[in-house]
Amino acid sequence: MLRVIGKRLALLIPTLLGLSILLFAWVRALPGGPATALLGDKATPEAVARINEVYGFDRPLAEQYFVYMGQLLRGDFGASIVTGRPVVEEFLTRFPATLELALVALVFAVGVGVPLGYVAARHRGRPLDHSSVVLSLLGITVPVFFLAFILKWLLAIKVPLFPADGRQDPRIDATHYTNFFVLDGLLTGEWDAAWDAFLHLILPGVALGTIPLAIIVRITRASVLEVQSADYVRTARAKGLTRSLIRGRYILRNAMLPVITTIGLQTGLLISGAVLTETVFAFNGIGRFLRDAIFNLDYPVLQGFIIFIALAYSLINLLVDISYSLIDPRVRVQ
Amino acid sequence: MSTPFRPGRARRALAVTSLAAAASLALTGCLASDREEGGSGEAAAGDVDGTFVFAASSDPKSLDPAFAQDGESFRVSRQIFEGLVGVQEGSAEPEPLLAESWEQSEDGRTYTFQLKDGVTFHDGTTFDAEAVCANFDRWYNFEGLLQSENMAYYYGSLFKGFADSPEEAIYAGCEATGAQEAEVSLNKPFAGFIAALSLPAFAMQSPTALEEYGADTAGGTAESPELSEYAQGHPVGTGPFRFESWDVGNQVVLSAYEDYWGEQGQVTDVIFRIIDDPQARRQALESGSVDGYDLVAPADTQALKDGGYNVVTRDPFTILYLGFNQAQEELADPNVRQAIAHAIDKEALVSQTLPEGTTVATQFIPESVNGYNEDVTQYEHDPEKARQLLEEAGYADGLELDFSYPTGVSRPYMPNPEQTFTTLTAQLEEVGITVNPQPDKWSPDYLDRVNGTSDHDLHLLGWTGDYNDTDNFVGVFFGQEKPEFGFDDPELFQALADARELTSVEEQTPVYEEINDQIMQKLPAVPLANPAPSLAFDARVESYPVSPVNDEVFNRIQLSE
Repeated sequence: MLRVIGKRLALLIPTLLGLSILLFAWVRALPGGPATALLGDKATPEAVARINEVYGFDRPLAEQYFVYMGQLLRGDFGASIVTGRPVVEEFLTRFPATLELALVALVFAVGVGVPLGYVAARHRGRPLDHSSVVLSLLGITVPVFFLAFILKWLLAIKVPLFPADGRQDPRIDATHYTNFFVLDGLLTGEWDAAWDAFLHLILPGVALGTIPLAIIVRITRASVLEVQSADYVRTARAKGLTRSLIRGRYILRNAMLPVITTIGLQTGLLISGAVLTETVFAFNGIGRFLRDAIFNLDYPVLQGFIIFIALAYSLINLLVDISYSLIDPRVRVQ
Repeated sequence: MSTPFRPGRARRALAVTSLAAAASLALTGCLASDREEGGSGEAAAGDVDGTFVFAASSDPKSLDPAFAQDGESFRVSRQIFEGLVGVQEGSAEPEPLLAESWEQSEDGRTYTFQLKDGVTFHDGTTFDAEAVCANFDRWYNFEGLLQSENMAYYYGSLFKGFADSPEEAIYAGCEATGAQEAEVSLNKPFAGFIAALSLPAFAMQSPTALEEYGADTAGGTAESPELSEYAQGHPVGTGPFRFESWDVGNQVVLSAYEDYWGEQGQVTDVIFRIIDDPQARRQALESGSVDGYDLVAPADTQALKDGGYNVVTRDPFTILYLGFNQAQEELADPNVRQAIAHAIDKEALVSQTLPEGTTVATQFIPESVNGYNEDVTQYEHDPEKARQLLEEAGYADGLELDFSYPTGVSRPYMPNPEQTFTTLTAQLEEVGITVNPQPDKWSPDYLDRVNGTSDHDLHLLGWTGDYNDTDNFVGVFFGQEKPEFGFDDPELFQALADARELTSVEEQTPVYEEINDQIMQKLPAVPLANPAPSLAFDARVESYPVSPVNDEVFNRIQLSE
């Protein structure tokens, strides 16, 4: 097991290296440059030229790449052109926000999606099944930002049950250590702060979790349907095993394999979904920052963040594979 | 750290806890109508919640105003810092602030400032003549990267040269001639000097803190420039609010400075929430998470007023114009430019596409700026005359022009470029000018194309004045040859350069009046309107000190609850 994990981690290096080359070329192929974004209305061609010279954007691409990689190997991701802060610092202050949000979205998607998919399969062809299929179809087709907007308008403005934006009420004087606001509140015993931060996660979490939820419902339903008509389930029934044993050990456990793969893939996608959700809810995570970086062509931030995200994505996949092999020992052999 | 949780905000928490039970209640809208902050035991009748939350559209670029040039940085700076010169409330006229008064020498090159007594910086440092000179000398001695346009933009562009290029520098030196008297000398006259000092970029900063937190070490290496420690978290001024914290991307927190020399006002804490999406800013106000925001979309003003919010409008200090690129043959012909000017119905444009409070522009400065000329050459809306002029220019069968405009952007002087473009296009087509739309993303595409290349015919652009100085408008537009206008007129360039160097504003007035008329005769662009930006506030904000040049300090805000 450890050897497999080690091998997978070693494979990450060439993957990230290849990715960094592609990224570097892609980011610089985008039209325009950071200088005009930085200088705005007052940009004169001379000023743009000076900025490009200062940051080295006028040098050959290969040279820029090697300088960048050299810094990267020393753990230096450079500084944002727009904010002037180190990329690592920018990432570390925002990543907990997105992770917290993704976690709520995931709990919502899995917590609601798996039982709903299972129940739909058990009631195949009946109204409950039909409505879950329609709901999941809706969940997939409604754009995230639209849903986010509606949720916010309805539940934060018309009926103000939840906060409309941000991660915490600005009037709350909370202490932060880890930048996971809910966790910080719990660690310091500032219950109000923790509760307030949690409430701030609900609407964006639901908006962000809706597409994964819909997909999980469909996959769970299909998988349970397939497994429950499998030979070994029929055999188990014929042997007279109890219903709960059949459902738990035979059906659910086996049906979960494709569901876990889906959850893993969806977790990675949550980060890109966060770009829209975080914008609508003025949520200070990496999604919103990434969007700004694209808009401003903030090269160091774009490169650094995408490498971070790729790394996170690879690690999530590794975790999925590990949990896969825990559930189904046959996978371990490979 | 304690957690003073406001009962008003606990409403939501309570509502959620009892969500299931209260579902029917919620649906009847009872909760929605509960907008009050109150129910609190701590706030006696008549007391107000001194925390004022304002939605900012972005983080400040820097907390050190000497290295800033953007509105959001200056908004924060204005609460923390004060300059020698301020502006009169509600106008763009300079008036004493940290200086009690000043005197200008005969030759216009020496200014003697009498300073306010008993003023301290937030770190306890005394504000005196030494502090004033320390600030002037600091700006003058910026080196390398610090001099660049994305750092000391205002010092560089207004004072022309730094210590390493003294031959161009306007600043000559500063001397503390008494504890409360500082003498600033210039190498050549600069009539806009006093007005320029009202810019936050020239605010007085604590020399002790600048030194302690390495304010001038900003820049780092060329490859990896970084804000100084000072600019990231230790700004120290003399203003009514002191800096508390900056949670990047989230909020900037300030608190009242207890030893402030002036009136402290009702606001005890200021929180700038960073909400970059305009729609989200409006919703933040509607949901009660902020008390106000700037640059209300014109389409939102009426709905917000109807919803019981206070919408206030600044006097316009902006100009929106239709630019011509004379590098294109057709537009080099004055008849064509005049035809276009006559084709435009500015009144209709303003009433159809621009926010309330917008005025029609006859020249390239707003009315409140020195040198505004009532009798400037005008081109009234006259489609018939426009057709005739086109015919004289040889375009009787019509003329085809590219029209560049930015998309997805809202500027104070151009709240909705797409709408402005559409209206102007209809007006131009009426006189036989066919328009090829050239939409571009604002940054970098649009700005690159219009400012950096000659690949455009007509374009929309504008400007928000920084401070009350004519050169800050017409000098910026027509002071030298630029790809934007492709217009080369050495005579006008020289007239503008000479006007800038006159010793007093009074002397400048007739000169600028004449220049404004000359510009309108030459018609390098058509001034369209002076759009007025609006802000929206929660009903508890009784009054807000609107200023045409955004000099809005929150100790002057009046709250009712």
